[in-house]
Amino acid sequence: MAILELINISKHFGAIQAVNDVSFAIEPGQVVGLMGDNGAGKSTLVKMIAGNFSPSDGVMRMDDKVLVMHKPVEARQHGIEIVYQDLALCDNLTAAANVFLGRELRRGFGPIRILDYASMYKRAGQIFAELKSETRPRDLVKQMSGGQRQAVAIARTRLSEAKIVLMDEPTAAISVRQVAEVLNLIRHLRDQGIAVILISHRMPDVFDVADRVIVMRRGRKVADKPIAATSPEEVTGLITGAIEQIA
Amino acid sequence: MAITLDQTIAQRQHNWRSSILSSQTFWVLIAVILACTFLSFATDSFATTKNLYNITRNVTFVAIIALGMTLVIITGGIDLSVGSVLCLCSMILGVVMHAGYSIEIGIAASIATALAIGGFHGFLIAYIGMPPFVVTLGTLSIARSLAMVASGNTVVFQFGPDHDKLLALGGGAWFLGIANPVLYMIVLALITGFVLRWTRFGRHVYAIGGNEHAAILTGVPVRVIKVAVYMISSLSAGIAGIVQTGWLGAITTNIGTGLELQVIAAAVIGGAALAGGVGTALGALVGAALIEVIRNSLGLLGINAFWQGCFIGGAILFAVLFDRLRNLRQSE
Repeated sequence: MAILELINISKHFGAIQAVNDVSFAIEPGQVVGLMGDNGAGKSTLVKMIAGNFSPSDGVMRMDDKVLVMHKPVEARQHGIEIVYQDLALCDNLTAAANVFLGRELRRGFGPIRILDYASMYKRAGQIFAELKSETRPRDLVKQMSGGQRQAVAIARTRLSEAKIVLMDEPTAAISVRQVAEVLNLIRHLRDQGIAVILISHRMPDVFDVADRVIVMRRGRKVADKPIAATSPEEVTGLITGAIEQIA
Repeated sequence: MAITLDQTIAQRQHNWRSSILSSQTFWVLIAVILACTFLSFATDSFATTKNLYNITRNVTFVAIIALGMTLVIITGGIDLSVGSVLCLCSMILGVVMHAGYSIEIGIAASIATALAIGGFHGFLIAYIGMPPFVVTLGTLSIARSLAMVASGNTVVFQFGPDHDKLLALGGGAWFLGIANPVLYMIVLALITGFVLRWTRFGRHVYAIGGNEHAAILTGVPVRVIKVAVYMISSLSAGIAGIVQTGWLGAITTNIGTGLELQVIAAAVIGGAALAGGVGTALGALVGAALIEVIRNSLGLLGINAFWQGCFIGGAILFAVLFDRLRNLRQSE
């Protein structure tokens, strides 16, 4: 059964048709690579799922209920977590502080409630262990490698019972070894039954980790295939327009 | 021996000793202690009860405002208006009490003025998106002008029926012979330190200074917190104004002129980074103490007071240089 279903979604900004009549469904534990050239409509599509924009036409359904959102915070309430391209980390804070940013754990009674450092360190440590990432909760993010920073951003998605994680170019600016770490993090999310939408320009990453690839061109979905049934050459052709469309 | 993942995660990179040694506040504190020790031996007049009493009391006005300023600086902002706000709040207090109202009403009017100015700053900065430097530069001029309007540019030195209460509030020593302003400073510093370290509000103040965009995306109420921070900064200037009025026993329209520079210097010397994200309450106190010790020692050592600006400016540059060097070492 699909966790998230997009039905005939369109989005236009004035005369510009950014996304045109796109439909697809994602199942739990599925990793979907979303590919397309700059301006193909990937970002707009993802921003609608993340609650930044409402679609001009069409409906989104989650768990068979119509999904209407006005703010990014509402996406989180529905179990949709986003890992932003710039990761949205505060360098001056510890890993644990970043993981819990905006959702700090507190203890105390009545009106006086203080930050619960011990529980936040403990929980963050557990999440990093689950993600098999060598990241220390007490370290400042400033001093971390690209892979560890990704782990901190991804750890945020594990605080709540996320059902879908959107990742925007998670491997764009990091070293080869760190790319492998991030792809492993994605596999761990998948193994927990979380659906992952991976927006990427990097063909090898998508073919390495995704179960399915969706290709966008000029606002339209031009392909939606299992990874096993396609090839990097075919996807490249679809992105550039050398291959027109596959059902 | 293999190190497991769990051990790595549980490891602490910094123990308390290395984190103290890398803190700017600690080294400035050492500088203050060294300077005091040196002055005690080099001059007869430094380590006298009277001089120490003077120093601690003089520190307090800068230190109280530096506490509020530190919050603003941590968010990556700046408040240039504090000297004028101090003057206006003092003047409101003076004028209201001079007109025959009680001290409670005078203080309430003064605090309300401070909060209104801070709220105005916060609104323009957080909701309209104006740069803090410009907004507070504007009120630097406006607040002092209003103080002149309120008083007709005269000196206020008679505070109506509660005159003596006001002087006792600022000039007394109600607890163990410690000057009242020092007590207020300690209490306010403890509150500020607690808020920064232990509350969600404090955590969000640091987050805004670290990466405002990230704070917005993770659901931190950035605008509300910015307004609150500027209100706290003005409030601290207002409190310092009330206490200073009681201590001086008279208000002129030029009190607090140029105070913003001393206050910002105190915060920066104490380790607050103007780029945002870093700063502590203790740092504000230690920074204020260093400035006052420099000021005091120049007088005692018989150095012309005209040199004061050079020494304080030098201390600011040295503090920022120290911070820069430390960051360079970390990034390597």
